[in-house]
Amino acid sequence: MSVVVYPRALWVGCAALLLLLLAVVAHLMLAGRPLGLDEVMMGLADPPGTPPRLILQIQEFRLPRTVAGALAGACLAVSGALTQNVARNPLATPEILGVTAGASLGAVAVLVLAGGGHGGLSGAAAAVGLPLAAGAGAILFGGGVFLLAMRRGQDVLDSNRMVLVGLGATALATSLVTWMLTLGDVTNASQALTWMTGSLNGRDWAAVGPMVQVALPLLLVSAAAGRWLLLGAFDDNTARGLGLPLRQSRPLLLLLAVLLAAAGTVMAGPVAFVAMVCPLAARQLCGTVVPPMAATALLGAAFVVLADLVAGFLLPQALPVGVLTTVLGAPVLIALVFRAQRRTS
Amino acid sequence: MNHPVLSAERLSLGFEERIVVRGLDLSLERGSVTTIIGPNGCGKSTLLKGLSRLLKPGDGRVLLDGKDLRSFSQRAIAQRIAVLPQTPIAPAGLTVSELVTRGRHPRQKWYQQFSAGDEAAVAAALEATDVSALAHTVLDDLSGGQRQRAWISMALAQESDILLLDEPTTYLDLAHQVEVLELVRRLNRELGRTVVMVLHDISLAARYSDRIVAMKDGLIEAQGTPAEVVTAELLWSIFGLRAHVVPEPSEGRPHVIPLGSETAVPAGPGLSAASELPASFELPA
Repeated sequence: MSVVVYPRALWVGCAALLLLLLAVVAHLMLAGRPLGLDEVMMGLADPPGTPPRLILQIQEFRLPRTVAGALAGACLAVSGALTQNVARNPLATPEILGVTAGASLGAVAVLVLAGGGHGGLSGAAAAVGLPLAAGAGAILFGGGVFLLAMRRGQDVLDSNRMVLVGLGATALATSLVTWMLTLGDVTNASQALTWMTGSLNGRDWAAVGPMVQVALPLLLVSAAAGRWLLLGAFDDNTARGLGLPLRQSRPLLLLLAVLLAAAGTVMAGPVAFVAMVCPLAARQLCGTVVPPMAATALLGAAFVVLADLVAGFLLPQALPVGVLTTVLGAPVLIALVFRAQRRTS
Repeated sequence: MNHPVLSAERLSLGFEERIVVRGLDLSLERGSVTTIIGPNGCGKSTLLKGLSRLLKPGDGRVLLDGKDLRSFSQRAIAQRIAVLPQTPIAPAGLTVSELVTRGRHPRQKWYQQFSAGDEAAVAAALEATDVSALAHTVLDDLSGGQRQRAWISMALAQESDILLLDEPTTYLDLAHQVEVLELVRRLNRELGRTVVMVLHDISLAARYSDRIVAMKDGLIEAQGTPAEVVTAELLWSIFGLRAHVVPEPSEGRPHVIPLGSETAVPAGPGLSAASELPASFELPA
């Protein structure tokens, strides 16, 4: 008998991978005019004689959106697992640490200040300006929270302080967003509101390509840092006594979480509840004490891809993906909280 | 005499502005059991944190085998020194074997997370602390004594030569306190661990220690064998407590019988009693 290999976690990981593959294929088939499985495979593999229109449809129109959804889901879910661990609080997600609100502020600033009126934002401002501003806002607010939470003279970061400062920063960013929305004209404001709900509409490789190169290394680094999570769940003295260099590991995990959340938000907007629910679900399904990174990332990816498929294409009225993750995420969260309470009582 | 395995030189420790340990010198012999005693807030736990670098020295230094502890990485320290804090917190739902397995962390590489050697060490640690049968029990479901044994088992799995235990008997009934201290003695005698612990029960400290270090206001008031240190005079000077100190029947180690302010002080042969205190003796307020 081996003590730390969790066969159940392995099974759940495989199941989540299968789920993600199915979700991706379904998304490619159904995101738009329904295509058959053979057509999707043909469009992806590009054998000789494939109609150029099909290649264009799959590789240029549908794939970027699917990839953006999967990566954004994985980034947000892993980011949530990290912040929940560092703050030792399952409710401590990037949303309450100011990262998501900061990203919204950046995006809304560009949409409102640079938006062209009737047509909304377009051209270079949309392709480069908005992601950059959202990313900068996320890092600025996340980093600010992190620096303010460092108590002078104390050598490890205070988790509770971080949550409180994060709530403050979120309130600040949210009120600035509200103020900005009143400045611009109605078209810009409604475009901003859609972005803030979280939407994968109109993603193309120009926007998604660079983000893939940012997100994948971040996810790989998180996988390597995953072994710190279990020690981080102990009290500080025990964790350090077991050799965890908390003074370095905790800021590093937080930095990673902020960057992941920023990357996820730039790709898909602040898709709600993914960061909170996916790590909890991964932990419950795997029966482990901390969420395994791989299962968390895969579940997050599958969740967002499926939600986008349903919200954007299967419902009679197309909705931004964030609406559906909220509708699905909120009851899941409540159920998880009830289950957790039953287990500890 | 043995070379000291762990020593402090002019060590000062504190939190922010408050200095708790002031320029203290201490050396700990390899293979000994040393217990630090003293009133609440005298700096016992702080000293233990300083000896394991959970707290950075404000001044002075801690030496491990003659080398400054600051030159070690957190991981390298964890391979030599296992620490059990006063009230350690484990993540909810953790089982005993998962806990003890964490003790292997300082000896694992990120690319090789669990080897046969680790498995053997975990099994040995579970065995030595008599928690093998509880390996798959969730920590929250254990009794206080069992839980404490599980934590000690984790520290043991680290295979460090030094064990620092901060009040390992807190919240335990007398039988379980003795059980934990018997375990500590066994780890010392059979497995050769050097043990430094903080205890509140001075009689038990005297029973189970080779050396006693008595602290007051961040300084060492007295140190030596239990018989040298545990005296009525010392108890009065560091705790302001009137007490008899009598030899316990089995090994003749000092045993403390505290006296309230109302109790008359009988004098008799073999009793080192509060009646022998200096003339300036006054009852604590």
